[in-house]
Amino acid sequence: MPTFYERRQLVTPGDLLAEDDYVAGENTYKDDGKIYANRVGLVDYEDRKVHVVALKAFYIPYVGDMVIGKVVEVSLSGWMVNVKAPYPALLRASDVLDRPFRPQEDDLPSIFDVGDLIIAKIVAYDRTRDPLLTVREPGLGKITRGQLVEITPTKIPRVIGRKGSMINMLKQETGCHVTVGQNGLIFVSGKTPEDERLAVMAIRKIEQEAHTSGLTDRVTEMIRREKGGV
Amino acid sequence: MSSIMVSRVKQKQIAQLISSGKRLDGRGLTDYREVQLEDGVIERAEGSARVRLGKTEVMVGIKIEVGEPFPDVPNEGVLTVNAELVPLASPTFEPGPPDENSIELARVVDRGIRESKAVALEKLCVEPGKKVFIVFVDIYVLNHDGNLIDASAIASLAALLNTKMFNYEVKEGEVKIKPGYTSLPVRNYPMAVTFAKISDKLVVDPWLEEEQVMDARLTVTVEKDGKVCAVQKGGYGYFTMQQVLEAAKIAREKAEELRKLVVKG
Amino acid sequence: MLQETPRKLIDESGIRLDGRGLNELRPIKIEVGVLSNADGSAYIEQGKSKILAAVYGPKEVHPKHLALPDRALLRCRYHMAPFSVEERKSPAPSRREMELSKVIREALEPSVFVEYYPRTSIDLFIEVLQADGGTRCSGITVASLALADAGIPMRDLVAACAAGKVEGRLALDLTDLEDKGGEADVPLAWMPNLNAVTLLQMDGMLTMEEFEHVVNLALQGCKQIYQLQKETLKAKYVTVKEAVEE
Repeated sequence: MPTFYERRQLVTPGDLLAEDDYVAGENTYKDDGKIYANRVGLVDYEDRKVHVVALKAFYIPYVGDMVIGKVVEVSLSGWMVNVKAPYPALLRASDVLDRPFRPQEDDLPSIFDVGDLIIAKIVAYDRTRDPLLTVREPGLGKITRGQLVEITPTKIPRVIGRKGSMINMLKQETGCHVTVGQNGLIFVSGKTPEDERLAVMAIRKIEQEAHTSGLTDRVTEMIRREKGGV
Repeated sequence: MSSIMVSRVKQKQIAQLISSGKRLDGRGLTDYREVQLEDGVIERAEGSARVRLGKTEVMVGIKIEVGEPFPDVPNEGVLTVNAELVPLASPTFEPGPPDENSIELARVVDRGIRESKAVALEKLCVEPGKKVFIVFVDIYVLNHDGNLIDASAIASLAALLNTKMFNYEVKEGEVKIKPGYTSLPVRNYPMAVTFAKISDKLVVDPWLEEEQVMDARLTVTVEKDGKVCAVQKGGYGYFTMQQVLEAAKIAREKAEELRKLVVKG
Repeated sequence: MLQETPRKLIDESGIRLDGRGLNELRPIKIEVGVLSNADGSAYIEQGKSKILAAVYGPKEVHPKHLALPDRALLRCRYHMAPFSVEERKSPAPSRREMELSKVIREALEPSVFVEYYPRTSIDLFIEVLQADGGTRCSGITVASLALADAGIPMRDLVAACAAGKVEGRLALDLTDLEDKGGEADVPLAWMPNLNAVTLLQMDGMLTMEEFEHVVNLALQGCKQIYQLQKETLKAKYVTVKEAVEE
């Protein structure tokens, strides 16, 4: 079996991972029958597929993803939103108003202004155009208070945990509302700034140690210790 | 990809906390971030230093060349300060000739050194009226996380303090190097202390996000005997006279604290 | 500042001024992720050369009309600090810096999957803080790491090293004095997987045979540097893993 690494070993761009009839999965590429890593990360083999869990990667929009973004521009018929992707995202006024935009009547900055944080969903995206957002579903819209944490998007699954185990623990232990954007932005809102600070600290720890085992327990322990010391 | 503009939610948070005397990073209103200072980092330069003020990182290199004096001060050396806001330091820095921010930065740091007569320029004359030493202070900002002025002033002073000049003699009108070095004559230690006005309060050493929220900025440079030798107000807002005088008083104290980190013994 | 030029660069037994043998690299120290604002960054000390590289991107292209419809625009700026060289250098870009910016960009471009990110730009900045020969090579070595540190997908890392001829002898990794006083300097950049030479230049004069030797010598240097690059990238994550699983 022509593979060259153990599972979960650290690889760097250009490392030869497998040969012959393996399928090139995420963060790998195939050239002349050989499969190489294209990012730094942990390699994994599953059946005939090899992929790399990248340790650091930026967010690429994906239709259906919930993201947190910051309004950077009010344009003629909507808003440009920074979702920490290589492309700015667009939110149309007609999406928010649920009817065609009327320039004479509708004052866009009064709905969302530059600097506002919003939770939105990606409804369209392809190689030829910038991602399109919607805020029309429940739970989406402007964020008015709380704290924002930015982590590398590849670690978001770790913050959620298997079947939500990690995020549920976070919510429970800190008493905070935690909204996770697939683009690496996490919004935390609690009863006190202290609770929020705990949640932020826990998230940072998860990001730092994402590639290790026993993390859920250690984070729980840390939160309890910090709470006890207050 | 990165937008450095602070979100409204955070802006409000920062302003609210400050009006109750606290800062988002846990500091007191007159606390500096952690200062890390390393000198002599560029061995081939005559003097150098690198300062980390929180995450702001500034490197200063000193080069000494022989050149002509200014006609109005024919027996004095020349001090010139230049600042580069290199693009790698921030997504907002573009490559190109110095813009108004880098020029202001250089001139404020220069003013502190020059007005306090920190470098004994009269000792840098080689041949009166013809040849003097030119001291180039080059400020290189490597990472911008707020308060470039104070970081640059600290690094510039530290670099000047470890600057060694080669020994020389003048033979047939030419400057010839002799073995051995002498320290650049530095006799004052100006320190810049920068304040941001946020929620009508004075906040020392603003970091990047506080700078985006502030109404205005005030830098007070204090020399070793507690005298003010340079002041610069920046930004669109304003300070009251009372705030100005309060800032000067606080600056005196903070300058002394910073000075202890830079001046040994 | 003025300096005395020593008379001999290599002694009879082939030992150079800094104590190295002819085929030895200078001591190298590399660090990755050193700047908080840049998306990726790396720093190298190779002998006395000190170089910092940083990457911003992929991101929206400014000005917009430069955007390419089917791939990312890779831009590179090689720049020397005024205090990085013997005689203070004016901060304005020189012709040499502009040429080096171009060849460095061309050395790195084959390694980046630019086709994944149409209509964006990837901006690379290389700042030479102290120059002692081989800065374009050290610059490429560290820029390649900055790209990897930014999480930008790459075919391979690009390693670069120079070799040349000094006082009649073929030597690896020349210092500034050796370059100025020698007969030839050949910088080379190499991407191992494709066995591709992505930068190759020469200053000076060499016979055909000498040229072949020098190019191979530079390639040996690149191979060693490539290993160092990989170790540096891994080291950043290994320490966290070890600390936690104690």
